[in-house]
Amino acid sequence: MDLTFTDAETEFRDELRAWLADNEPGQPPVEGEEASYEWRRGFQRRLADGGWAAVHWPVEYGGRGATLTQSAIFFEELARAKAPLPANVLGLLLAGPTIMIWGTPEQKDRFLAPIVTAEEIWCQGFSEPEAGSDLASLKTRAVKENGHWRITGQKVWTSGAQYSKWCMLVARTDSEVAKHKGLTYFLMDMEQDEVQVRPLRQITGEAEFNELFMEDAKVPDEHVLGGVGNGWKVALTTLMNERAGLAFFLQVRLRQVLDEVVAEAAARGLMDDPVVADKLGELHLKAEVLRLTAYRGLTQVERYGQPGPEGSLTKWMWSETNQQLTQLAAELLGPEAVQAGTRWSYELLRARGNTIEGGTTEILKNIVAERVLGLPKAR
Amino acid sequence: MDFDLNDEQKEIKRVAHDLLAARSPFSKVRQAAEAAEYDRELWKELVELGWPGIAVSAEHAGQDLGTVELAALLEELGYACACTPFLGTATAAAVIQASGTPEQQGRWLPALAAGEATGAVGTRELVCDADGAAVIIVVDGEEAQLFDGQSAEVEPFVAIDPTRRFARVSGQGEPLAAGAADRVRLGIAAEVLGICQRALDMSLEFVKDRKQFGVPVGSFQAVSHRCAQMLMSTETVRSATYYAAWAADADPDRLTEAAALAAAAAADGGREVTASAIQAHGGIGFTWEADVHWLFKRAQLDALLLGGAKRHRATLARLAAQRVASAAGAATAG
Repeated sequence: MDLTFTDAETEFRDELRAWLADNEPGQPPVEGEEASYEWRRGFQRRLADGGWAAVHWPVEYGGRGATLTQSAIFFEELARAKAPLPANVLGLLLAGPTIMIWGTPEQKDRFLAPIVTAEEIWCQGFSEPEAGSDLASLKTRAVKENGHWRITGQKVWTSGAQYSKWCMLVARTDSEVAKHKGLTYFLMDMEQDEVQVRPLRQITGEAEFNELFMEDAKVPDEHVLGGVGNGWKVALTTLMNERAGLAFFLQVRLRQVLDEVVAEAAARGLMDDPVVADKLGELHLKAEVLRLTAYRGLTQVERYGQPGPEGSLTKWMWSETNQQLTQLAAELLGPEAVQAGTRWSYELLRARGNTIEGGTTEILKNIVAERVLGLPKAR
Repeated sequence: MDFDLNDEQKEIKRVAHDLLAARSPFSKVRQAAEAAEYDRELWKELVELGWPGIAVSAEHAGQDLGTVELAALLEELGYACACTPFLGTATAAAVIQASGTPEQQGRWLPALAAGEATGAVGTRELVCDADGAAVIIVVDGEEAQLFDGQSAEVEPFVAIDPTRRFARVSGQGEPLAAGAADRVRLGIAAEVLGICQRALDMSLEFVKDRKQFGVPVGSFQAVSHRCAQMLMSTETVRSATYYAAWAADADPDRLTEAAALAAAAAADGGREVTASAIQAHGGIGFTWEADVHWLFKRAQLDALLLGGAKRHRATLARLAAQRVASAAGAATAG
């Protein structure tokens, strides 16, 4: 057990910190979502130019071949510098690694490089109105024609679809077999009239997400990933990648927000209020345990190639803690926290999505119960 | 960054686990508890293995290992709910090793390490393993004092947990150097961790086996989600406790905060997880014979030995505020 960083890890952190100091991301623009997205895209281009966009990717695909710990450090430092997540975060964290595992040499050649440079943005077409937690019941269907597929159906919660060139799309290619078996994973070109993107206005008033409507959208055969009928397995690769790395970005963000709430409480003389101090102490505990547990998970994966029980807990832990934190902020700040357009009102509302996106807490508990604790399948 | 036990530490933990599973099953725990006695045979064996002196230096006839190894043993003793004065003795020895004067070390450590004397730890209101203890470490806020068991005023206290002896201590002890209180807390937290893990394991075994409505009750989400929450609380205690154990030896500057994390997590976590274990067992969980109550009782007593969670959350809030203020100060100065 050694909770210090190795010289190589510290060197990596120092180098990145120096680069971030020379390449300050600046403040997010206030002109709206599109400007904000372009800012993130611009920042990813600078990361790519500096060789920092895809640290966890192998060198042969334009990455830095970083270890898992270095990758964790990368996300921590990004958050610490108040930098945004790269615009193409789904391409970098999900599409790229999935293509590396399942892609043909031609697919790797075609798709990986433009992910790193943010030249081609990716979105994820998994969830449907009738298939959220029960992903395998999805209804979007793909029908084979000469040398290509025609895809018809609807997807939902596709973040960044309006900026995306490509979509990781799972569709049903065989309705005669068991529901997990009839799925295929497609790399779908978003730039066609048969694909319509409609912004999905969320409780914060903005639209991070979209609905996606496909009407005979065309995907050539060579853009099937991992083989026809193998979509469930390929999708699992994507889902497995979903939480790695991000946990470290989020735990630092959580710490920053907590520090701000502590500063606000101190400024209002509330640290002497034992109830407030108790709640802040509890949040400090949770933020610290989140960090520690994320590191334990990292060690398990580095040593044994797979996460231990703690690996399943961090997203659940983070999401609930972030909700408690933003709720406490609202309690301490009073009307400012519910005034439309303020930062704290945004945090309060946005946090409600945390326990839903990327797997609801209820589903995470099912996964923990079945896969970690070995309990019988839930009823 | 390597946040896991190393191979030797895992081996120590595994050996302890297997030995205690064989020597101290719940039948033995119940026997000792009902007689209100420690399991003397077991204690003798642990002494022969050198466990009480695990974190005592070779100079004082100890095993010369560290706080992480001590925590691993405490976790396993907690898991077994063993009726021995291990918590008081091994923790007192580790505290004197780290925070005692050379005189205190010379006087107490060889006897504690050899099992010729036992130790006790706790607060003024409640001390654990006090019965016949030669040396008592009493935590009072951030301070800790060492009492000579011969001269201290020790008033027995009959607790709901009959697996150990408790007492109230009064009088004036010798002050111990900084860090002593933190080391007592992390020792107790390590025991709580084992208690939580046992409560979870017993509950899982039960809900997989117990059938109602024709299916194992563990297939109901109301039950399985409770078990998932038990794992969450247990792993929370684990992360904080081993962080504190590591900091105790490798980074003492971080020990106060780490021990407060461990203590706050363990005081509440132990109560929650063991209460959940009783609930998960249903009616049988409320019976004397089901054995989960030993864990619940230990967790209740340990929470008090830790001084409750509230005090430690207050410490954490204070530390967070200090850090934020000093960061703001640095920014202004810069």
